Amino acid sequence: MYNFKTLYEATSVAEALKLKANHPEALFLAGGSDILIKIREGRLAGVDLINIYMLDELRGICLEKDGSILIRPLTSFTDVAMHPVIKEHLPVLGEAVNTIGGPQIRNIGTIGGNICNGVPSADSAITLKAYDAVLEIVSTEGTRILPYADFNLGFGKVDLGPTELLAGIRIPKASWENTYGHYIKYSMRKAMDIATLGCSVNVKLAKDKQSIDQLRIAFGVAAPIPIRTPKAEELAKGETITKALIDRIGEAVLEDVNPRSSWRASKEFRLQLIEELAKRATVEAIKKAGGTINV
Amino acid sequence: MYNRSVTCTVNGKKRTFMIDVRSSLSDMLRGEAGLDSIKHGCDVGECGACTVLIDGKPFNSCIYLAVWAEGKTILTLEGLSTTQGTISDIQQAFIDEGAVQCGFCTPGFIMASIPIIESDIPASRDEIKRQIAGNLCRCTGYEHIVDAIEKTQKKRIAERTR
Repeated sequence: MYNFKTLYEATSVAEALKLKANHPEALFLAGGSDILIKIREGRLAGVDLINIYMLDELRGICLEKDGSILIRPLTSFTDVAMHPVIKEHLPVLGEAVNTIGGPQIRNIGTIGGNICNGVPSADSAITLKAYDAVLEIVSTEGTRILPYADFNLGFGKVDLGPTELLAGIRIPKASWENTYGHYIKYSMRKAMDIATLGCSVNVKLAKDKQSIDQLRIAFGVAAPIPIRTPKAEELAKGETITKALIDRIGEAVLEDVNPRSSWRASKEFRLQLIEELAKRATVEAIKKAGGTINV
Repeated sequence: MYNRSVTCTVNGKKRTFMIDVRSSLSDMLRGEAGLDSIKHGCDVGECGACTVLIDGKPFNSCIYLAVWAEGKTILTLEGLSTTQGTISDIQQAFIDEGAVQCGFCTPGFIMASIPIIESDIPASRDEIKRQIAGNLCRCTGYEHIVDAIEKTQKKRIAERTR
């Protein structure tokens, strides 16, 4: 038996928002693989919950008319990884969420819960950040659109008001088109583990595939929130792909990160991982895009 | 406080349970329905000993609210044997391959392996290990478990293509 106080059961998004407006202290319950465990551990014992897990209108993925990919927040990691739109246009997101937990956790965990939880190790968050995702946030007052870049406010803190709900995650067409990504999760175990460090890189190459048009690098656990590395991204713009460029990218990412020591790994080890994973993931993304690394 | 009813199909039979909304699915199926194959191991979704199939997919019933089961089709280990008590091929393979020692994790492993043995795509040993990564066994060292799943998968594929 779980030690929560009241379970408000919403049968539609409109009803969920009304319940949240009336009970702003209650938490939305999606797949529960974070919240139910915190209740079990006592950290959230006695909370009120608004059950939204049954709301199928918040589930699914589609390619919209404007070419953007819309991911509804209650889509499970398994369903993200298996979805034909993701497999065809954004395979790196499927690869990233496939590194989460084990099969049972990927069946219950939701992509919306992963990012609203606000932890820097969230495997889906790192790739969504690397693709400049845009969030649709709703409340009884209406809808607001927020770049995912502005969503994380601090460790475990996100820009969601007490009456707001994440209703959609959108990847604009310009962001995924002709873009190839690679995700590396470094963890102690191959499954059922949280990232010691996560790195998601994507590139758009010039027509001749000899130089980089656009490079985007995002890290998890390299700072209190998932972050991008603007200095490295800027220096790669228009550059010919060479081994020396990869090394420069590896050095430049260090200027934008701020990892800490934890029981999982020391700050020094994380800094080494950051440099090495940025280089490896960039090389893999370039290969997926059809480019070669000139020595 | 039994304040909510949940109707779902369990092992082929439609059933209605009166539950406390704070119940997990494992509380409901083990406590109310007496399905003792569901083990309360870690109770936080790490060990897989409470694994059941919900609409064909493996879930940890300990971190699944009982109210979410409304309208769902659930399969537990009890649903694999016939009413006369004859066990299924995957259960027999676990016995034959020595994949059972203390037995506590066994129902969870067998339920997690069902999607593998029912798939038409042969899984490599690495893929089998990935599919059972959400289940812990402290006795066997896993090799015999992988053997049992691999053997049953090959047998099922051979039967289907015959």
